[in-house]
Amino acid sequence: MPQPFNKLSAIAAPIMRSNIDTDVIIRIERLVGNSIRGTLGKWAFGSLRYLPDGSENPAFVLNREPYRQAEILVTGPNFGCGSSREGAVWSLQEMGIRAIIGSGFGDIFFANCFQNGILPIVVEKEIVDLLAADVEATQGAGRVSIDLEAQTILSPSGKHYAFEIDPRRREGLLQGLDEVALTLQRDQQIRDFQTADKAARPWIHFARKMA
Amino acid sequence: MGKPARTLLAKIWDQHIIARISEDTDLLHVDRHLLHDLGGSRGLLDLKSRGLKVHSPELTFATPDHAISTAQRREGTSKIGQELLASLRVETSASGIQLFDIDQPGQGIVHVIGPELGLSLPGSIIVCGDSHTCTHGGLGALAFGIGSSELTHVLATQALIQRRPKTMRVRFEGRLALGVTAKDLILALIGHIGAAGGTGYAVEYAGSAIRDMPIEGRLTICNLSIELGAKMGMVAPDEKTFEYLHGRQYAPREELWEQAVKAWRQLPSDADAVFDEEVVIDVEKIIPQVTWGISPEHVIGVDGRIPDPQSVDDPARRASIETALDYMGLKPGAPIAGTPVDWVFIGSCTNSRLSDLRAAAEIARGRKVAPGVRAWVVPGSENVKRQAVAEGLDRVFSEAGFEWREPGCSMCLAANGETVGPGQRSVSTSNRNFVGRQGPRARTHLASPASAAAAAIAGAIADVRTMGR
Repeated sequence: MPQPFNKLSAIAAPIMRSNIDTDVIIRIERLVGNSIRGTLGKWAFGSLRYLPDGSENPAFVLNREPYRQAEILVTGPNFGCGSSREGAVWSLQEMGIRAIIGSGFGDIFFANCFQNGILPIVVEKEIVDLLAADVEATQGAGRVSIDLEAQTILSPSGKHYAFEIDPRRREGLLQGLDEVALTLQRDQQIRDFQTADKAARPWIHFARKMA
Repeated sequence: MGKPARTLLAKIWDQHIIARISEDTDLLHVDRHLLHDLGGSRGLLDLKSRGLKVHSPELTFATPDHAISTAQRREGTSKIGQELLASLRVETSASGIQLFDIDQPGQGIVHVIGPELGLSLPGSIIVCGDSHTCTHGGLGALAFGIGSSELTHVLATQALIQRRPKTMRVRFEGRLALGVTAKDLILALIGHIGAAGGTGYAVEYAGSAIRDMPIEGRLTICNLSIELGAKMGMVAPDEKTFEYLHGRQYAPREELWEQAVKAWRQLPSDADAVFDEEVVIDVEKIIPQVTWGISPEHVIGVDGRIPDPQSVDDPARRASIETALDYMGLKPGAPIAGTPVDWVFIGSCTNSRLSDLRAAAEIARGRKVAPGVRAWVVPGSENVKRQAVAEGLDRVFSEAGFEWREPGCSMCLAANGETVGPGQRSVSTSNRNFVGRQGPRARTHLASPASAAAAAIAGAIADVRTMGR
């Protein structure tokens, strides 16, 4: 069940490369197994964060202070493209990330964020670039503030930016709603649909009996 | 006054609405939920821990593909891979879900077996915890990948809350030149509109080249929709679709077949349906494609040169090319053809069907894999494997020096430990050339099965058009 999200004022780390895919966010071998939750934070961005000998890559932003404390990522275009692996979101969450601001995200990654109480914010690329520059001008010390209720971002230098968000997604985050529980309340509707659909499209419902 | 014109997407969507959640968001019925070994048992265990049961086990199907070894007798499956397989067996059995187990006809890469068994049908909604679920759209289904939370949601409710996507139509017009395949068309499109060009859209592929294309090619086209950023890709069902599906194990029969085909004929987008975006691609200008970088949008014709960052003005793009070339170990401005390779991988949900193996075997027949190159052929399913063996393709590959393996995802994503070594270069028929995708620091070039076979023979990236018969 996702944690509610309302307001956040935190260190933000810019990761501006385009097309950071979910394989880069978390490698597949970290996701093989049924008990991986809670083990993933240290492996997020592994190929960027660690050198081949396993030591930290000092050039990578999340290995530098104060960015190590980041709870917000400011990202380049198409962040989270690629695979549907929800482990990408889990790994970011386990390293403390609660919101991601970018000009666009992979569709499945974007949906997975909401499922875990992480807020992905889409704004124009110019705003992303301004925010990143603003953060860097303070060597990362300046906080970025997000107000989901008001749908605003406040940059370290005090500039306000508005953002749009699907009202249903916003409500879900504000309240920490569990979609499964909500849909189960509609179980009768689902069963009614299936009853009607069995008559309309029997080939969908009786495939195993026909095989 | 007729009904308002609708797209294929709209027709399928509207038919699956259980409840309207908001203006643009609906609770949709899921007709087929496919599970695999990487996330299937995890989802079933998650459901159990919430005290819930699988809502519609008769609409749920499972197979192991991601974490199993593709070596003979599945030797080398890791301990954790074996645990996942055991868990998938126990949990599917406990929930009454049909499992296509290893060595049984029906097992295979989940996106190969859905169409092959006739589980994937036109007009249906198909989901799976894997982004390449868009593959099934090649049969006129609305198919898309979901994450773990949505997977649990579908297990619990047989439904999913989705926001209606925008629509894009891509028309591939013209005839394919010699040596050009479905893979080359879709790679060229990704190069043209970019890896985020389809984000937020459901893409419908149309045009004369799609109408002329056999179903397996359409599956390849739809498979790479996600590399375009689109989680859904589809082709309107037509006579080729019906011919492909007729007689398949789980497809309807006799009277039901007639009834289904009648319904499926209503699905294609109406002639005056409006799409949010339209793209037209002149197929005749496309030659065999190969990627040079770390995103599928980093693609050129095989006669092309590796991009030179110095010739690019935009600093962000220049930096992105430099990063990619550094990772790939390539020299700016050099011809891509002739780049020596260490590995060739023919397989994956993109290109492991019988027609793919035939195309690769056609190039391999009577030739030898170059010294120093390791080349694998991993059929997409147990059925593909058996058909290929019946045709003698396994012998063609073995005699040429390719290794013939058991069906699974294998080296496409290396979840089973089958990897390209650090710094080694691979030509792969799979779908992602991401950093580390085929193993830490592995360098991947995406290409068609014929181009991959040509690379294995030449020992370097090669123009398959010079190796035809």
